[in-house]
Amino acid sequence: MDWLNALIVLANFVVVPALTYGSQLALGALGVTLVYGILRFSNFAHGDTMAFGTMATILATWALQSLGMSFGALPTALLALPFGIIGTALYLLATDRLIYRFYRRQRAKPIVLVIVSAGVMFFTNGLVRFIIGPGDRNFADGERFIVTAREFKEMTGLSEGLAIKTTQGITVLTAIVVVALLFWFLNRTRTGKSLRAYSDNEDLALLSGIDPERVVIVTWLIVAALATIAGTLYGLDKTFKPFIYFQLLLPLFAAAVIGGLGNPLGAIVGGFIVAFAEVTVTYAWKKVLGYTLPDDIVPSGLVQLLSTDYKVAVSFSILVLVLLFRPTGLFRGQSL
Amino acid sequence: MSEPFLVGENLTGGYGSADILHGCTIAVDKGEIAVIVGPNGAGKSTAMKALFGMLVLRKGGVRLEGRSIDELSPSQRVMNGMGFVPQTSNVFPSMTVEENLEMGAFIRRDDCNDTMTEVFDLFPILKEKRKQPAGQLSGGQRQQVAVGRALMTRPKALMLDEPTAGVSPIVMDELFDRIIEVAAMGIPILMVEQNARQALAIADHGYVLVQGRNAFSGSGAALLADDEVRKSFLGG
Repeated sequence: MDWLNALIVLANFVVVPALTYGSQLALGALGVTLVYGILRFSNFAHGDTMAFGTMATILATWALQSLGMSFGALPTALLALPFGIIGTALYLLATDRLIYRFYRRQRAKPIVLVIVSAGVMFFTNGLVRFIIGPGDRNFADGERFIVTAREFKEMTGLSEGLAIKTTQGITVLTAIVVVALLFWFLNRTRTGKSLRAYSDNEDLALLSGIDPERVVIVTWLIVAALATIAGTLYGLDKTFKPFIYFQLLLPLFAAAVIGGLGNPLGAIVGGFIVAFAEVTVTYAWKKVLGYTLPDDIVPSGLVQLLSTDYKVAVSFSILVLVLLFRPTGLFRGQSL
Repeated sequence: MSEPFLVGENLTGGYGSADILHGCTIAVDKGEIAVIVGPNGAGKSTAMKALFGMLVLRKGGVRLEGRSIDELSPSQRVMNGMGFVPQTSNVFPSMTVEENLEMGAFIRRDDCNDTMTEVFDLFPILKEKRKQPAGQLSGGQRQQVAVGRALMTRPKALMLDEPTAGVSPIVMDELFDRIIEVAAMGIPILMVEQNARQALAIADHGYVLVQGRNAFSGSGAALLADDEVRKSFLGG
């Protein structure tokens, strides 16, 4: 029974949260890796793009709620997602038209585009706080839990409970659907293949008659959808605060680099690696050890390797280690 | 004499301020193989790029089927029936052989399966490997993918920049055989070659470029028989 209880504690505090967080990071890192692979620069504005998308979704959610609409047991924000995606797509296309296109025509070096994206990042960051304010916004409604800890205990008779929040279930399911759609698009459709061709060999893509401007537009549309969905899921699961999204940039890039920049499959795996690393390192293991170790050697401390305040250090360490020992990432993406 | 299918006349230009091409003329007609040979730095590949619109010309011009195409960008030239196989990075490495061919046919809106079958008939090994990423193939197979990709548009003229660079002599002979087959389909072929002797042997027309100028030109056999050409470029 002790082992079972230990597993439940582990699932409740490590596996379920890390799977959820990992799905959110994977969707975000996919956006980073697509921009890197196809548009050929590291998009520092991606975290704030996620914030913009979430903000647009929240505004749409409020509008729907004021019309008296809701999604039953599910959060209204899911209904508002398409509006959020459209808003973000328009915003990204506008930044491309007004800013990135100019540098693309100049055939600017990738590092120049990185600096440009940092500018877009600061602007977006300010714009989002200007529109919705810098504070916390909780916009999750509907049923809070799929299974509560108490229900779980009653069902199983165990002394530990496993709670699964609605938002956690939604996050994982949505991530699976979105990733499946993305891979179908990239591997099965003509337009998707032309994106991969452009990413593989830009000059040959031009020689094959692939229109680069169209590739760029389609890429931004996909990135808008991925960023808005990732941001909204993160905001539903935790809370929406513009500055938190800005800080997501580091784990996002860590995830994309671990998997190999430009490799979509790598971004997904990287997202889960970063999430599990962050959660396991910042989790207090006392309870799990209490169930599994003999009583006389159970440590008296919390057995928390790192305070949650320092969780960013985890992504940073992973990033440094990967860049030192395997700069192309696990799945052999482009080297930085 | 009617005008050849594809002509680059009096081509003069270069990448910066200094010219690389100094008034060279290159032409190829239907069903013919024309070969450009010459020492390193003679401007062979540059002449090819000039024909394909990847170089700003100061003088001279390019005509396809008697019409000037100087105003067309490289991708517009593809639309107008020119196929080009660059010397390096001429495949999409992470995409399968089949996807490479599909991308070659990107500008076509109709069904390209017939052409793909033709390409597979021409290069049977590609049919066998069609689910493999092109980047994992051997050098010779990759060149076949590259040529196959260019054939997918059903080009009216095909330009090859050193198709046998870096492949073994056996594979080279094999590739030349395939190129002769393509020419027999009525597609004019213009290629730049390092292996001058072998290339001239299959050429209907040969051009020897030296410092961006036509040094010699004539039928492949005539150039091979020419003492001076032999001495200076073919090693005796």
